[in-house]
Amino acid sequence: MDKSINVTLKVWRQAGPKVKGKFETYKLDNVSTDSSFLEMMDVLNEQLINERKEPIAFDHDCREGICGMCSMYINGHPHGPDGEITTCQLHMRVFKNNETITIEPWRSAAFPVIKDLMVNRGAYDKIIQAGGFVNVNTGGVPDGNAIAIGKDIADEAMDAASCIGCGACAAACKNGSAMLFVAAKVSQLALLPQGKVEGAARAKAMVAKMDELGFGNCTNTGACEAECPKNVSISHIARLNREFLCAKFQD
Amino acid sequence: MWLIDSSIGRKLVMSITGTFLVLFLLFHSCMNIVVIISPDGYNTICEFLGANWYAIVGTTMLAAGFVIHILYALYLTYQNMRARGNERYAVTSNQKSVDWSSQNMLVLGAIVLGFLGLHMFNFWYKMQFAELSGIETGQFHPADGAAYVKDLFSNWAYCAIYIVWLSALWFHLTHGVWSALQSLGLNNKTWLPRVKMIANVISTIVILMFMSIPLYYLFGCGSCC
Repeated sequence: MDKSINVTLKVWRQAGPKVKGKFETYKLDNVSTDSSFLEMMDVLNEQLINERKEPIAFDHDCREGICGMCSMYINGHPHGPDGEITTCQLHMRVFKNNETITIEPWRSAAFPVIKDLMVNRGAYDKIIQAGGFVNVNTGGVPDGNAIAIGKDIADEAMDAASCIGCGACAAACKNGSAMLFVAAKVSQLALLPQGKVEGAARAKAMVAKMDELGFGNCTNTGACEAECPKNVSISHIARLNREFLCAKFQD
Repeated sequence: MWLIDSSIGRKLVMSITGTFLVLFLLFHSCMNIVVIISPDGYNTICEFLGANWYAIVGTTMLAAGFVIHILYALYLTYQNMRARGNERYAVTSNQKSVDWSSQNMLVLGAIVLGFLGLHMFNFWYKMQFAELSGIETGQFHPADGAAYVKDLFSNWAYCAIYIVWLSALWFHLTHGVWSALQSLGLNNKTWLPRVKMIANVISTIVILMFMSIPLYYLFGCGSCC
């Protein structure tokens, strides 16, 4: 299966946060279809360095789909056209020979571009800092059956916890809303006894932070769920709404 | 005030006013269908509502519901456009699971509002307003609703306009109904497909009831029976 393709890449180049960016077109020949998208980017950067040009800045880290660092909006999709994967798990075999691939950074007011395809996703960290944790010391590992938790609840919490905070939800949302991220982070704790205690305060603090940072309002289009690499369900958004509204009505 | 400052608070206002307007549409369409069954019965309803105090209170509340729903829609859309940032994506795509109507709620709402103005001129101005002000604004008695309906829909162009209008409303409702429940937090994984189905059923029933009237007159049944 040694196949290679030629591609044309339209890449967003932006020298800094305040500079006006524009698209540059690059040709890349003989790309192995077995290589990952990020490997293809590495090859392109090698080529640029050999031509004494500035390489393209892009985010990446673990390259196994668990860290949430790689971003890139590829051909109109965060993390590319394949479903339920991050960019590092995207392979060149999904592209056709001589295809033009357009690569853009996440575009959201709350995620300013640092350079080229790199954006500052610190806003998500600030939302976590506002309440996405458990304050109480839960001590050592309790006896397995001391606190019984139903399988369905444990599964639901685990599904929410699969969120890697990559920012694809806000990038895909036409409203630049971070609701799926906040919903997942609120849900994973609110469903379990350790997190339930501070549930109301957490929902209020995290939603307030999200609004303050300039994320948009959720209009339930479901684009976030469709583009989420971990397939986090928008039913968690309903839970977040419930948690938040209950907390507000209790005040 | 968290109903204005918080994103979920704003969505709560949207869903409550939206639900209120959907309930009104159910009420309105149930009354309308009477004109097909019995024009006299329809006129009795028109007389019963007319410009009586309860109808005035209802109309005022309804107008308030509309105004709040529209103002919040404009505010939310403005904020959402700002949240998207200055640079737009060069290439965008549609996901299969994302409904077209969910991404065009403001446009659909604007279409609905535009035709609503015409509708108010066609009926409200000649009926409740005529009764309130005492000015003769139409050619029939203000409580003779059936005559106004028959007169308007004897023109095929009006039938067509109303059918287009109701189609836009159908798209608006299919997203609006389930979205209202989602914003209220009344949803979960099991209920998500059910809630969407409920929304489709409710909006289809409402629109079919409304649409049956121009269709009934368009195909000449109004004059033959």
